[in-house]
Amino acid sequence: MSTILHPDSWQYREINKRAPSLATLADTLIELAEAGHPVVAGAADLQYSNGLVGFARRFPERFTQFGISEQNMVSAAAGMATTGVMPYVATFASFLALLCCEQIRMDVAYCAQPVRLIGHHTGISLGFYGTSHHATEDIAIMRSIADLTVISTADGPQFAAALRASVNHPQPIYFRISRGHDPVVYANDAPFEIGKAVVHGIGNDITIIACGMAVHSAKQAMEALNGKGHSVGLIDMHTIKPLDRDAVMAAARKSRIILTVEEHNILGGLGGAVAEVLAEEGGGARLVRHGIKDEYSLIAPPSHLYRHYKLDGPGVETVAQSLLA
Amino acid sequence: MRHFLFLRTGDCSCGSIEYLITYKLSRLSNTENRGEAGVASGANRWPSNSGGDISDEQAALLRERARFVRLETIRLISIAKVGHYSSVFSCAEIFSTLYYDTMRIRRGEPNWPERDRFLMGKGHAAVGQFPILADLDFFDRSWLDDYTRLGSPLGDHPDMRKVPGVDFSSGSIGHALSNGVGMALGGRLQKQDFNVFVLLGDGEMQEGQVWEAAISGATHRLSKLVAIVDRNGYQLDGKVDDVAAVEPLGEKWRAFGWEVHDVDGHDVVALANLLRKVKADTDREKPCCIIARTVKGKGIDYMETEPGWHLGYLAPEDEARARDMILGGAK
Repeated sequence: MSTILHPDSWQYREINKRAPSLATLADTLIELAEAGHPVVAGAADLQYSNGLVGFARRFPERFTQFGISEQNMVSAAAGMATTGVMPYVATFASFLALLCCEQIRMDVAYCAQPVRLIGHHTGISLGFYGTSHHATEDIAIMRSIADLTVISTADGPQFAAALRASVNHPQPIYFRISRGHDPVVYANDAPFEIGKAVVHGIGNDITIIACGMAVHSAKQAMEALNGKGHSVGLIDMHTIKPLDRDAVMAAARKSRIILTVEEHNILGGLGGAVAEVLAEEGGGARLVRHGIKDEYSLIAPPSHLYRHYKLDGPGVETVAQSLLA
Repeated sequence: MRHFLFLRTGDCSCGSIEYLITYKLSRLSNTENRGEAGVASGANRWPSNSGGDISDEQAALLRERARFVRLETIRLISIAKVGHYSSVFSCAEIFSTLYYDTMRIRRGEPNWPERDRFLMGKGHAAVGQFPILADLDFFDRSWLDDYTRLGSPLGDHPDMRKVPGVDFSSGSIGHALSNGVGMALGGRLQKQDFNVFVLLGDGEMQEGQVWEAAISGATHRLSKLVAIVDRNGYQLDGKVDDVAAVEPLGEKWRAFGWEVHDVDGHDVVALANLLRKVKADTDREKPCCIIARTVKGKGIDYMETEPGWHLGYLAPEDEARARDMILGGAK
């Protein structure tokens, strides 16, 4: 076990105050461990950033601090899994999905070990930390790895539900989550099933298909546009792999336009996955992909970046409105 | 192109007379070798668990099993038409000592939870491991005859999803010690007392992840974790220390917090006694690194002097010479 901050330390209090849903990971893993699941966890010098310090405090023997050795953490998690435990290892999505890509493919996915990889602070949510800390490629990379499930949750309650669902999931999973500031979309008891999209509505004009933090923005946009008399729907495609093709096609058959929204490069991510389905299955809808347009993000606080890249509620509304003209 | 340096290229037609003769000879030899082995059928524990130094009889068995590994390696590579001869020959005694003396394993039970684990950083030496796994009844011996053929579970690198007895897949150099760290952590958490042996190449010392794992192993006091470095001195592009210097290797491991031993990796008596001692030392709180000084291509004179045999294919006449040298070494 590692040295952990006193629960009353200013640092711990401050982190939890600023990012309340950061506690979701640790709280849910504690719940699962107490229910008898063989949960273990690991961090790579970011136990405060991902909240795993809470798990470490409750189950010190089940927590491993790997230090700044992300690749070692992923490979070791795969080794641990062979002994009958279910490891949840977490670090910044940029390092997990990009730096550890090969360890994830070889040791976790190809070896079919039940490792749960938690890539947090994904997309451009680390704002002015810059490109090294941004992950706008992780969906594209992770979904091209065979036998790996890819899940991008919208908020704390949905992430908790996904973690609960993960204990019975046969494949390794890459979770893509934000930084704990996520505005809440779902109630704690909202139904969740891996591989089954949450359909908030199918619009005659537009159906937005979104994942992660973009779900909240898209919901705001949908409500605003429907208030103006348009017919806009929303599908929360929390599981990007395996993709809910039926949900995509339900939208494609009814809507004039499908608009994908993601905090990710529009190449290869959610938009790419939806494009593949539409190209193969047909359907009359035109596809527009919204997100990071194959570029490296500017530097700014996250909320400023979301505004700049039209990923906040008003931004998504503007994009959708322009398609309705 | 060094990666595919063939000193002599053999006839690649599987139907060639030379190929069939060699193939049959090696099958005969395999049977003879198995007969000599004398590994007790159904034995649950190998002799090392009784403690002490190995007997002359046990040493003879280990030498014989190392010859078996070399002969089978030649036979299997003759099927694939290309393979890592010399990488296996440097660690043939390490294979035989681990599997027939050191490790706690049960014949025919590759998934026995209490077994000691064996991982390979140098997965390209799997062609020398497969015959042992078959010999231990982890899978049917006939699998070997289709080595690398379409759909075979047995390829150039060991695959845990396909090959019973492979404790973790390998092929991407640098991962295995981390996998071993995880197994040792998991074993401790699950209150299992198995040991984890990880065979690393010396060229592998150039991979950064090895040293991440070394830090982890020492930090978490993984006393059940044993790394064995096959220090044969060569890698594909030349001498290890010319390509990217790894010396002083022992000092490095010591500085990373590991207990370090140095041994002649071809001396089965020294190797087996050291491994028995390491395994029996329950007071050790550190992981252990054994630097096994070896010779790349050991046992075949023209391979010992030519590092290009890291990857190659023996023409039938060279194959016959190699087999003679291996069998001659038994005298």
